[in-house]
Amino acid sequence: MSRHVVVIGAGVAGMEAAGQLSKAGFEVSLVEKDIKTGGHLNDWYKLFPDRRDSSEVKDYLDRITRLNSIRFIPGTEVEKISRINDNLTLKTTEGTEMAADAVIVATGFDLFKAARKEEYGYDIYDNVITSSELESMFCKGKITMADGSVPAKVGFLHCVGSRDEKVGNYYCSKLCCVTAVKQAIEIREHLPESRVFCFYMDMRMGGAYYEELYREAQEVWGVNFIRGKISEVGESINKNLIIKSEDTLAGRPLKMELDMLVLMSGMEMAESGKKLAVSSGLNVGENRFFSSEDHHFGSNLSNMQGVFYAGSCTAPMNIPDTISHARAAVSDVMDYFNLRK
Amino acid sequence: MGEFGFTISQARVINYNSNDRSISDYIASREPSFRICIECGGCSATCTTGNFTSFSLRELQILLKRGENDYVRENIKKCMLCGKCILVCPRGVNTRNVVTLAREAFQKNVKNAV
Repeated sequence: MSRHVVVIGAGVAGMEAAGQLSKAGFEVSLVEKDIKTGGHLNDWYKLFPDRRDSSEVKDYLDRITRLNSIRFIPGTEVEKISRINDNLTLKTTEGTEMAADAVIVATGFDLFKAARKEEYGYDIYDNVITSSELESMFCKGKITMADGSVPAKVGFLHCVGSRDEKVGNYYCSKLCCVTAVKQAIEIREHLPESRVFCFYMDMRMGGAYYEELYREAQEVWGVNFIRGKISEVGESINKNLIIKSEDTLAGRPLKMELDMLVLMSGMEMAESGKKLAVSSGLNVGENRFFSSEDHHFGSNLSNMQGVFYAGSCTAPMNIPDTISHARAAVSDVMDYFNLRK
Repeated sequence: MGEFGFTISQARVINYNSNDRSISDYIASREPSFRICIECGGCSATCTTGNFTSFSLRELQILLKRGENDYVRENIKKCMLCGKCILVCPRGVNTRNVVTLAREAFQKNVKNAV
């Protein structure tokens, strides 16, 4: 009899895991709270560091999930996973129950809600937007301010909701730095007359070809990097944004008028994952992401036998790492079944 | 001895070995959050004093940690203890307490006391 594996979440991790499981001959159900697959990938224009179109990755994921006859269950959230002996039961918000031989949790991340950092003026000033909103503007091919005009001076603020004890997030979201660099280049590309300023605490370019992209932003695109965290955002009488920071390298306070400020929202454990952790007794870490049984060699293992993690529900993760992590989860599922033959 | 019309410049180097870091130790032992500053400059950006005088709490904190106390001794007096820097700090450094402790340490002349 074929084993049945349920994958929770149809973002990058969930789709990759489902595709690989199905290729390996398992019966797979892919449960997604949204109506479509793809997760955050649907909101993204181009990907770092090579700036390929995000649809290429989406096409790949669609292909591996389509080719391998996976049962897709959209608009459904898993409320609870319970385990009796070796039998796993999933209860959905629809009130239905599903039996599974193994479960891969791939609930992913939510973007930090920028309005929580009130001093940055999101939801107060029209031209303070998030990195995700800028990405949708790129998708539409039109970068405009609230009044429809084109911004001449654009600022990026790194570490919004990351490395900030005031919002309870000590951790670094790891990908916002390189995303800011990518978006800064794209602003320059779309609006050649514009000037772009990135306000950072540290530039964390720890991925393959990230540092090269940073260099390109400076060398080719003339993006300005200012080392200082913005402390507050205000608005001038003519509706320009006024930001205050310290230029820490010059050792002087700095103020600047901007037309648009982009907040680099960090990543947080998804709400759906948080609920699942509480209802099912899955361990989470201090950072509120799922905590794996072993950081080095068991990063896909949960504290419930037969339940595995894939992707950014365990920590902020980029797409290549997410895909690798999802494949590793499938390998752990196979081990688990082999021990129970 | 005659005047020769020249002076000897002080070396600009931070002499980490001979510098006195007892003020920094005094603060860190009483306010451990002093150690976790990452020099983002949020405190200085929001600081009213810093907008009008050459006062930067970020700068004073790093100078204390390097034992460059002389500059700090005079400048730490400028802080008005309003505490805006505490609200801004992403690391949760109790910056106002750092200032208070620094002043206290200078007053006690920590090095001579121990």
